[in-house]
Amino acid sequence: MDATDTMAVEARRATQIAFVRSATQDPLPPPLSQSGAIGWVREHLFSTPLNIALTLVSVGLIAWLVPPLINYMIFDAVWSGEDREACLVTVERPVVGACWAFVRERLAYFTYGFYPIGERWRVDIFFAMLVIGIVWLAWLRAPRRDIGAVYFFVVMPVVSYILLLGWPAIGLYKVETSFWGGLLVTVVVAAVGIVVSLPIGILLALGRRSQMPAVRLFSVIVIEFVRGVPLITVLFMASVMLPLFVPDTWSPDKLLRALVGVALFTSAYMAEVVRAGLQAIPKGQYEGAMAVGLSYWQMMRLIILPQALRITIPNIVNSYIALFKDTTLVFIVGIFDFLRTIEAARIDPKWATPTTSTTGYAFAAVFYFICCYLMSRYARNMEARLATGHKR
Amino acid sequence: MKRVFALTIVAAAAAFAATAASAQTLNTIKSRGVLHCGANGTLAGFGLPDAQGAWTGLDVDFCRALAAAIFNDPTKIKFVPLTAKDRFTALQSGDVDVLARNTTWTSSRDTQLGLNFTGVNYYDGQGFMVRKSLKVNSALELNDAAICVQQGTTTELNLADYFRANKMKLKTVTFASANEAVKAYDAGRCDAYTTDASGLYAERLRTVKPDDHIVLPEIISKEPLGPSVRHGDDQWFDIVKWTHFAMVNAEELNITKANVDEMSKSDNPDIKRLLGSEGKHGEALGLTNDWAYRIIKQVGNYGEIFEKNVGQASPLKISRGLNALWTKGGLQYAPPVR
Amino acid sequence: MSAVGDHRPPRVSPLNDPRVRSIAYQVLLCVVILFLVWGAVDNAIDNLAKARIASGFGFWNATAGFDISQTLIEYSTVSTYGRAFWVGLLNTLLVAALGIVFATVLGFLIGIMRLSRNLLVSRLAAGYVEIVRNLPLLLQLLFWYNAVLKALPELRDSILIPGGGFLNNRGLFLPQPVAEPGFGAVLAAFAVGIAGALAFRIWARRRQERTGEQAPVLAVALALIVGLPLVVFLVAGAPVEFVYPDRGRFNIRGGIEVLPEFVALLFGLVIYTAAFIAEAVRAGIMAVSHGQTEAAYSLGLRPGPTLRLVVIPQAMRVIIPPLTNQYLNLTKNSTLAVAIGYPDLVQVFTGTVLNQTGQAVEVVAVTMAVYLTISLVTSLFMNWYNARIALVER
Repeated sequence: MDATDTMAVEARRATQIAFVRSATQDPLPPPLSQSGAIGWVREHLFSTPLNIALTLVSVGLIAWLVPPLINYMIFDAVWSGEDREACLVTVERPVVGACWAFVRERLAYFTYGFYPIGERWRVDIFFAMLVIGIVWLAWLRAPRRDIGAVYFFVVMPVVSYILLLGWPAIGLYKVETSFWGGLLVTVVVAAVGIVVSLPIGILLALGRRSQMPAVRLFSVIVIEFVRGVPLITVLFMASVMLPLFVPDTWSPDKLLRALVGVALFTSAYMAEVVRAGLQAIPKGQYEGAMAVGLSYWQMMRLIILPQALRITIPNIVNSYIALFKDTTLVFIVGIFDFLRTIEAARIDPKWATPTTSTTGYAFAAVFYFICCYLMSRYARNMEARLATGHKR
Repeated sequence: MKRVFALTIVAAAAAFAATAASAQTLNTIKSRGVLHCGANGTLAGFGLPDAQGAWTGLDVDFCRALAAAIFNDPTKIKFVPLTAKDRFTALQSGDVDVLARNTTWTSSRDTQLGLNFTGVNYYDGQGFMVRKSLKVNSALELNDAAICVQQGTTTELNLADYFRANKMKLKTVTFASANEAVKAYDAGRCDAYTTDASGLYAERLRTVKPDDHIVLPEIISKEPLGPSVRHGDDQWFDIVKWTHFAMVNAEELNITKANVDEMSKSDNPDIKRLLGSEGKHGEALGLTNDWAYRIIKQVGNYGEIFEKNVGQASPLKISRGLNALWTKGGLQYAPPVR
Repeated sequence: MSAVGDHRPPRVSPLNDPRVRSIAYQVLLCVVILFLVWGAVDNAIDNLAKARIASGFGFWNATAGFDISQTLIEYSTVSTYGRAFWVGLLNTLLVAALGIVFATVLGFLIGIMRLSRNLLVSRLAAGYVEIVRNLPLLLQLLFWYNAVLKALPELRDSILIPGGGFLNNRGLFLPQPVAEPGFGAVLAAFAVGIAGALAFRIWARRRQERTGEQAPVLAVALALIVGLPLVVFLVAGAPVEFVYPDRGRFNIRGGIEVLPEFVALLFGLVIYTAAFIAEAVRAGIMAVSHGQTEAAYSLGLRPGPTLRLVVIPQAMRVIIPPLTNQYLNLTKNSTLAVAIGYPDLVQVFTGTVLNQTGQAVEVVAVTMAVYLTISLVTSLFMNWYNARIALVER
C-alpha cells in the first residue's frame, strides 16, 4: 500500500464517522499493581522469586533482632534502683532487660574517673571549651573561624592543661593523672590526638613530597614504619621503651606516654590523608604561586594547604573517627579510659546481675556509636558540599 | 603483684636514690605536716578507698600508725594509690615516704632496687581458689584443671613450677589484669584462680556468689609482704621498723586500743618501756617517748588492725595462720623494747 | 641557550641560594636526628645498666617456665622463650588467615547486598555496615567474648554435637581425624584432582577462545577435587580414625579443641573487617560504569552472569587496594587478642615474655619487625596481583 492509498482510506473513514474528538484524551492512570505503594512494594520487594525469598529472610531477621533489642533497651529495662537487687529476676518481673540503674549510679565514675569530687567543675569547663571549639571549627558559617583555629590549636590546649592538671600558684591544686578516668581520659586522648596529629601530619606529608632526599627519606621511614605496625605495639613501645630513652630523672607520666604513642600513630595516618590532598592540587597552583614569588612556606600556607585541606576534610574526619575508636586501646596499657571504667564497674559485685555486663557494653556502644555516627554524617555532608562545589 | 618487669624502670630510680634519700625524711615530713604513704588502692583488706575517698586496709592502718607516732594525729596523711609497676619508682623519686603496698620482700628488691624492707606485716603465699561444687580439697587434685592467672607475674611461673614438680597436667588461661582473670574464672572459664592467698580472699568477694568458692589450703610460694623505705636514711628506717614492732609487742602484752590508758598505769616494766613511762626509747628514734602509746591509742595493736581489716571482723575472714603471734604458733615476733 | 650570549645567573648570597639552603636544612635534620638517636641509645644503655637488665638475645634460649593455652607446635613449660615466640606467631597467623578468608566472604556478600534492588536487603546491609563501623573493635571483642562465654553452658551441661563433639564455655571440642596407613593415597588423589582441575580449566578456556563453546568447568573441577579423593578414600577402606574428645574430671581431653577466646577473636575480627570490605566492594562495583551493565544486558546476559563476568572483574581493580589494606588491618587488629586472653604474638611475647625477662627493647623490636615483615610481604603480593589484573591498555 502506498501513501496515496492510505490517505484515501483515511479520508473515507473521516467522512463515515460523525464525531471526531478534537483533543487527546487523558491517559489512564497506570494499573494499581504497577504504581503507588503496591507497585513500589512489588518492584522493590517481590519482583522475582529470589527477591521474595530475600525479603522474607530479611523480615524474619528484623523481627528476630529488633523487637528483643527494643524490649531489652527500653521496655524491660530497670531505670532506677540502689544495687543489684533492683536488677535481679523476681516473680513479679520475670524478664529483666538493661539495668540502667547501674549506669545511672556509676555515671559520675564513667565521666570523671577518680577525679576529686570537689574539683570536677574543672573537667566540666574543659568539656564546655572543647564543645565550643569543635562547633566553631566544624560549623562552616561560624564567625571568625581563623580565631577559632587559634583557639582550638593553641589557647584551648594550654588552658585545659592548666585547668585539668592544676597550677598551685593560682589556687588550682594539682590533680595527678592517675586520678583521671572515664570519659575525661577518652576525650583528652582523642583531643590531643586531634590537635597534635594535624600539624605533625601536615609536616610529614610535606616532608614526603619534599625535594630534599634526607627529609623525604625521614618522612617515608616514619610514616611507613608506624603504619606497618599495630597501634598496640606503638603503645607498648611508648609505655615501656620511652622511659628507657629519656634520662631517668624525667620518668614520664603514664598518660603522657600513651598520648605520645597515640599522637605518633595518628600523625602517620594523617600524613597520608594530607598527602592525598596535596597530590590532588594541580601543578599549576604550585607553579603559579612560585611565579608570583612566594616562598615555600608562603606558598603552602596561602595557596596549597587551604585548598588541599579543604578537599581532605572528609578524610580527615574519617581518620578522626578511627582515632576516636582507637582511644579504647589505651585500656591495654592500663589507663582508665571510658571503656575501661565500664569494664571495671561491670565486675563490681554490688551490681553483679546477669544483665550488668551487657548493660555496660550497651551503654558504651550507644556512646561510641553516637559520637562516631555524628562525625561520619558530618564527613558525608562535607563530601556532598564539596562535590557540588566542583560541579559549579 | 610482683611484676618482674618493675625492675626495669625502677632500678633506674634506685641509682640516684642514695643522694635523694639522705635528706632527713623525718624532718621533711614534719615540715610538710603530712605523711605520704604509697598504698595499693585496689585491694580490699590491704588498701582500698571507698566511694567517699576514705581509705581502709591493713597497710593503710600501718601508715596511720606512722602518722600517729609522728604527729599524734593519724589523719595527717596522704595516700597515693600505686600500681604494681610504678610503686618502686614512686618511693625512689620521693613521691612517697613509705611504701606499704603488699610488696613481697625479695633479695633483688632489697639490694638492686635500693629498698629497705622494715619487717613483715603479712606472711602471704600463692594459693588457689576453686568452686565448692568441684569438691576439691587439695591443690594436688587439680590435675588437668584449667587455671586462670594474671600474665607476666611470678604467680604464673610458680604455678607452672608447682604443676611440673607434682607431675600434673596444666591448662592455663592468662589475662593481662587480675580483674579480667577473676571475671573469667567467675564466668566458668576456669576451674581455679591463683594469686597470693590474701588476694584470693579479697577477690573472692568480687565474685557473684562468694560463698560458692573456697580457698585451698596449699600455699605454693613464700610471699612475705611488708612496708619498705629508701636506702640511705637509717633514722627513718628505724621509725618505720619499730612502728610495726610496737604494734606486735602491744598485742603480745595485751595492750589494746580500749585498755591502753589503763595499761599505762601498769607496773609491768615491758609495758612501761613500750608506752614511754620508763626510758627514753621514743626520743632515741627521733619521736616523743609516748610514740607507741599514740599508735595504740589511735590505731590499735597488730591483732586489732588484722582482725578489723582482713580477719573475722572483715568480709575477708582470713584466719591468723602464719600471722599469729609467735606465742600462738605464728611467725609474728617483735624484738623487745629495751 | 639564551639569546644574550653572556647571560649569567644573578649573583645571590649563599644564604639565599636554594641549593645551599636545601643542603643546610638536610644536614641540620640529620644532625638533630642523630643527636636524638644517640641521646636515646645512650640513655637506654645507661638505664639498662642501672637496672641490671641483660641486653641481647641471650634470653631466646632460656627456659620460659610458663604455660600457653593454645599451641600449634609442641610446647611445654620447659620450652624456651624462642619457642614461645613461634607459638605466639603461629597463633597470630592462624587467626589472621582464617579471619581474612571469612571476612572476605562475608564482606563481599554484604557489599553486594547493599547494592541489591531489594530495599529491605540493602537497608539491612547498610545498617550492619553503619553500626559495625562506628563501634570500637575492642568493645565488640569484649562483647563477643563475654557474650560467647555467658551464653554457653558449663562443662557439665555441655551441648552434645552429633558425631561426638562437645560445646561448652571451655570451648568447642571436636573429634580429631588421625591418618592411618593408606591415607597417603587419598592425599595423592587430592593433589592429582587439583592438578587435573587446573589442566581442564586451561583446556576449556583455550577451547572457548577457539570455538566459543563453554565447558562445565565448575562441575568437572568439583568432581576431580572432591570426588576423586573420596573414591580413593572409600576404595582404600576409609583409612582414618577419629580421636573422640572425652570428658575428664575437669576438662575435656583429646580431639580438636577450639578455645572460646579464639572464637570470640575470630568472630569479632570477621564481623568488623567485613563491614569495611563491604564498603570497598560497594565502592568498587559503583565505580564500574552503568553502561557496562546495560551493554551486558543488551547482549542477553542475565543479572547473575553480568555481575560475575562483567562487573566484578572490572570492580576488582578498584577493590584490590582497599582490600589489601583491610587484610593488613585485620592482621594488625588481631593484636587486640591481648584484651581477651587469646595467646597471640603480642599476648605471649610482648606481654608475658617482656614481663618475665624485662628486656623491653629486644621484645618490642622483634614484635614490630614481625608486623612490618607481614605488612611488607602482603603489600608485595598484593602489588604483584594488582599488576597482573590491571587494565592492559594498548
